[in-house]
Amino acid sequence: MPRETVAEFTIHSVQVLDEDGTIDAELAPSLTDDDLLECYTAMKRARRLDERAISLQRRGELGTYAPAIGQEAAQVGSAFALAADDWVVPSFREHPALLVRGTSPQSVLEYAMGMEEGAEIPADANALPPAIPVGSQPLHAVGVGWGESIQGRPNVALTYFGDGATSEGDVYEALNFAGVYDAQTVFVCQNNRYAISTRLEDQTAAETLAQKAVAAGIDGIRVDGNDVLAVYRVVSEAIERARQGEPTLVEALTYRRSMHTTSDDPSVYRDPEEADEWEARDPIVRFQVFLENQGILDADTKAQIDEQVEAEIAEAIDQANERRERLDPADLFEYVYAEQPPELERQAAAFEGDRDG
Amino acid sequence: MAERLRVVEAVRETLREELAADDSVVVYGEDIGRAGGVFRATEGLLEAHPDRVFDAPVAEAGIVGVGVGLAATGLRPVAEIQFQSFLYQGFHQLVQHVARMRSRTRGTVTCPMTIRTPYGGGIHALELHSESFEAGFAHVPGLTVVIPASPAETAGLLRSAIRSPDPVVFMEPTRLYRSVREEVPDEHEIPLGEARIVDTGEDATVIAWGSMLRETLDAVDSVETETGASIEVIDPRTISPLDTETIVESVRKTGRCVVVHEAPKTSGMAGEIIARINEEAFFYLEAPVERVTGYDVPVPLFAREDAYLPDATRIEAGIERVLES
Repeated sequence: MPRETVAEFTIHSVQVLDEDGTIDAELAPSLTDDDLLECYTAMKRARRLDERAISLQRRGELGTYAPAIGQEAAQVGSAFALAADDWVVPSFREHPALLVRGTSPQSVLEYAMGMEEGAEIPADANALPPAIPVGSQPLHAVGVGWGESIQGRPNVALTYFGDGATSEGDVYEALNFAGVYDAQTVFVCQNNRYAISTRLEDQTAAETLAQKAVAAGIDGIRVDGNDVLAVYRVVSEAIERARQGEPTLVEALTYRRSMHTTSDDPSVYRDPEEADEWEARDPIVRFQVFLENQGILDADTKAQIDEQVEAEIAEAIDQANERRERLDPADLFEYVYAEQPPELERQAAAFEGDRDG
Repeated sequence: MAERLRVVEAVRETLREELAADDSVVVYGEDIGRAGGVFRATEGLLEAHPDRVFDAPVAEAGIVGVGVGLAATGLRPVAEIQFQSFLYQGFHQLVQHVARMRSRTRGTVTCPMTIRTPYGGGIHALELHSESFEAGFAHVPGLTVVIPASPAETAGLLRSAIRSPDPVVFMEPTRLYRSVREEVPDEHEIPLGEARIVDTGEDATVIAWGSMLRETLDAVDSVETETGASIEVIDPRTISPLDTETIVESVRKTGRCVVVHEAPKTSGMAGEIIARINEEAFFYLEAPVERVTGYDVPVPLFAREDAYLPDATRIEAGIERVLES
């Protein structure tokens, strides 16, 4: 047998709600009406935060901001599947997931205001701050998932990254380490079709991103990332496997409906018709149709949720602005080392001296 | 009971003791488990602690990057990078995450990680196995950079590095791994950030670290014999954050100074040390401060290595120049 097949692979794709909002009863996850409404509220909260943040940025009140419009199902569905002590290891477009995990809209805004305050992690939260360098954070999630396993704890680390990140060597190293160390880690790749302007077909010749798991010897699966129920189901299963030391790469197929960040103009590099097409496939609309058809969401509840979200975000904006006003730049010397080294003390004193004139 | 150990044995014994003393210590790196490390610095550790000592895939960004996560869960990762040049593959993780985790989260997430790596020339190694990039690491705020110069110093500083709440790049002079034995006190601990006055003197200060310290002491011996001058020798030990005070105090006393390192001259640590002397002791200087360093060339392959590395003769000439002016 000079030539034989020694390995083959298959990538599955899962959808629970079709584009008309009709559910596949067999694949439907068991979520209560309250859970479903909570998911819906979380998606609406994230969307509204993005809309407000973009307009604040346009008015000069925020720095560069990376909206997640169109990706709410991929993030809310996956974050909702985590248990309380599980970890989230995000990149910079993950506020829909972070809000589900208890991060306040205020923190998201503070980070976009250029304040480290927005990257503080509360003592009781298992999370790492947003990672700016593309594809650098999945390794941290492997370290977390492996560290939990070394210490005999069941907690899982879920990390988010995009299609562009899969071209980074660090992402491959992360998948490979996870396989070697049986890390309690779930990788959620949101394939939103664009890395800034670079289309997926210019990013990789691979047919799916899920299959990048195959080379690392771990499971890979694709899910309709605009279907919150499918994402919840697939990621829940991946989380349970991760608790047993079996990592999974989940490719959530979605679309970045808005700009990469407030610094770019997508009309330069993509056809407006494409964006219109994806507007029709918007994840919130699809879920809303389902909830309305099921009689879970009526006009009153919807109005109530909108009002609640609006109030929360308005309050968050006020609080973030207030914290910005209280910001003391002198504390930039404080957190570099556990104890301030003498040279930093000298620099801090010089700063104070210059400031006092 | 104090033992007479070589540098490589001091590394191993300290790791063994720290693994035993603290359940949160995790040791990992390429070939450090079953093989015991390419320099045998981790020999026997896997057998002693199979649940906390791990061979790693050959991926330096991975080794550094997973440390961020391990540390976040409460562990104290102690990673080995097989040769310092290969830490360049993990440099982005070091700069972007390890070093700045504390400041970017205002102290709410920290990264108490130690990265051990053999560095420096003098062992006739392959290309890119002899680098000395301490100034590059020292340029990264948030990192602590430590270089020991003897077996006892290795044990004392490595223990403090592992116990440090901040990330430490611990650079072990490959050339000294097996060269000398020295008594290493039990549970030896040397505070980070404190220089050591190796020899006291009145007429000039010579600053050197790592394997350059031995060359420096040889040079100082010759100069003292030939000229009758008395030379103070300082080993900063912690390259960053640097103990400026000890250096400045010495230079104020002697008025003359030579800084020695095997790294290239331009933007090397000597430049920084001289700048600090200028800030704090300029009016005490009797002569311009000398630098005896590697040249501004890529570290050559080993057939030309001796031409590159500062040796006792070059250091002696440097000391004589400051004494004469």
